[in-house]
Amino acid sequence: MEFSGYARPNGVGVRNHVVVMSTVGCAGDAAERIARLNPKAKLLVHTQGCSQTPPDIALVEKVLVNLALNPNVHSVLLVSLGCESVSADRIADRISEAKRVEVVRVQERGLSDAVSRGSDLVRGMCEEAERARRETADLSEIKLAVKCGASDFTSGIVSNPVVGRVSDIVVGEGGTVIFGETTELIGAEHVLAKRAASEDVARRLLEAVEDVERRAISMGVDMRGGQPTAGNIRGGITTIEEKSLGAICKTGSSRLVDVVGYGDLVSSKGLVFMDSPGREIESLTGLAAGGAQVMLFTTGLGAPQGFPTVPVVKVSGNPETCNKLAEHIDVDLSPVLHGEEGVEGAARRVLGETLEVASGKATRAELLGYDKFLNIYVRGPVI
Amino acid sequence: MTRRKAIVTHEDDNVASALTALGRGEVVEVEIGGSLFEVEVLSDVPFGHKFALMDIPRGGNVVKYGEVIGRATRDIARGEHVHVHNVESLRARGDLRPHRQSQNLT
Repeated sequence: MEFSGYARPNGVGVRNHVVVMSTVGCAGDAAERIARLNPKAKLLVHTQGCSQTPPDIALVEKVLVNLALNPNVHSVLLVSLGCESVSADRIADRISEAKRVEVVRVQERGLSDAVSRGSDLVRGMCEEAERARRETADLSEIKLAVKCGASDFTSGIVSNPVVGRVSDIVVGEGGTVIFGETTELIGAEHVLAKRAASEDVARRLLEAVEDVERRAISMGVDMRGGQPTAGNIRGGITTIEEKSLGAICKTGSSRLVDVVGYGDLVSSKGLVFMDSPGREIESLTGLAAGGAQVMLFTTGLGAPQGFPTVPVVKVSGNPETCNKLAEHIDVDLSPVLHGEEGVEGAARRVLGETLEVASGKATRAELLGYDKFLNIYVRGPVI
Repeated sequence: MTRRKAIVTHEDDNVASALTALGRGEVVEVEIGGSLFEVEVLSDVPFGHKFALMDIPRGGNVVKYGEVIGRATRDIARGEHVHVHNVESLRARGDLRPHRQSQNLT
């Protein structure tokens, strides 16, 4: 199976984005103005990058580097303030190993100058990017992220099992499938651990789940309302165990070959788990940093968001959601709910749509521009 | 084609999920492991919510996907709506810890 993408030194991109990325929250305004002057560029702004613990500073640097290294990104303008804790030079050095990167700093000569110089650089990068051409690539080049959000009972019965079948096909073709959401393994980790390719992988998976459960317990509360969310409960999901058992259906039946940390670059082929929170924005950010070029996102109640640099294909098995929120849903899986369509046929439809999106077809979130936000999941306090 | 009104995900399950809103007194056919059974629904069950396929005693496991999804907090009768009002999670329950600790102290 094939798609058509942009060959880069570190993989095949399915998009050709020039990115304007702030290194720190205080440079966000400057980055936003540069992107506004260059509507073809993608803006990546966030609130991290300064006054954090050293492990979080290192994590933010890693995630920014890996977001920039995603093969969907053609080239990068880093917008720095100048005095932040993360190092724009260090970030730029690592990005430059794979693609063009430039840096502007607001503290050099102020906002107007940074915007003017930055905008000129971005205009040049956009012209370069336009010369890039798509080439045929094999499905084995794909890193597909799978994620669920705004889940209801249809997620565990329809959309996650269908995506699970897609995951198996991608892994079978030599590709990579990345999933995360550690909280949503609580109560289902024993099922996944049995599929681990080695004892070491099983141990790392169980440790990640133990860690997140310990943190939940240490807060001295019943998680319900937070996990499952109020919306999940309205949608018929009663406990975190039920949510998790439904969520892991999207991983299919392949062996679990690796466990990576949040925002780590994924290098293994096959099914890989990324230790990451369930909340959409942080989760998608981690998966994009992991190198996913395309994401399959199952939803019950209707989660509309995409991601700035990675197309997110929305699929739902809830007939009411597919009807009411048609503008947000890329693939309607509701015929599966009442047995009018089988899982296999539905999976082929989803895979077909995924390959078309990889080859350039815009997702609903891209068409609507519902894809502006990212957030880096840090553990420590703001200090 | 008659649309199925409820689905059972695994033959070990003791709950079914409603594929349409069910009214109290409605008799629903469910398929478990290839065989058909009838269950009379004892309370209104919203779309997507669960009802019991058999009596589940207080403290008994609630099973879906062939796995334990929680514990009954009161006796649940066959056909009754099963949700947060009569099932609790067994995992990540920080609210239970102080209780356990105080029990250990006595």
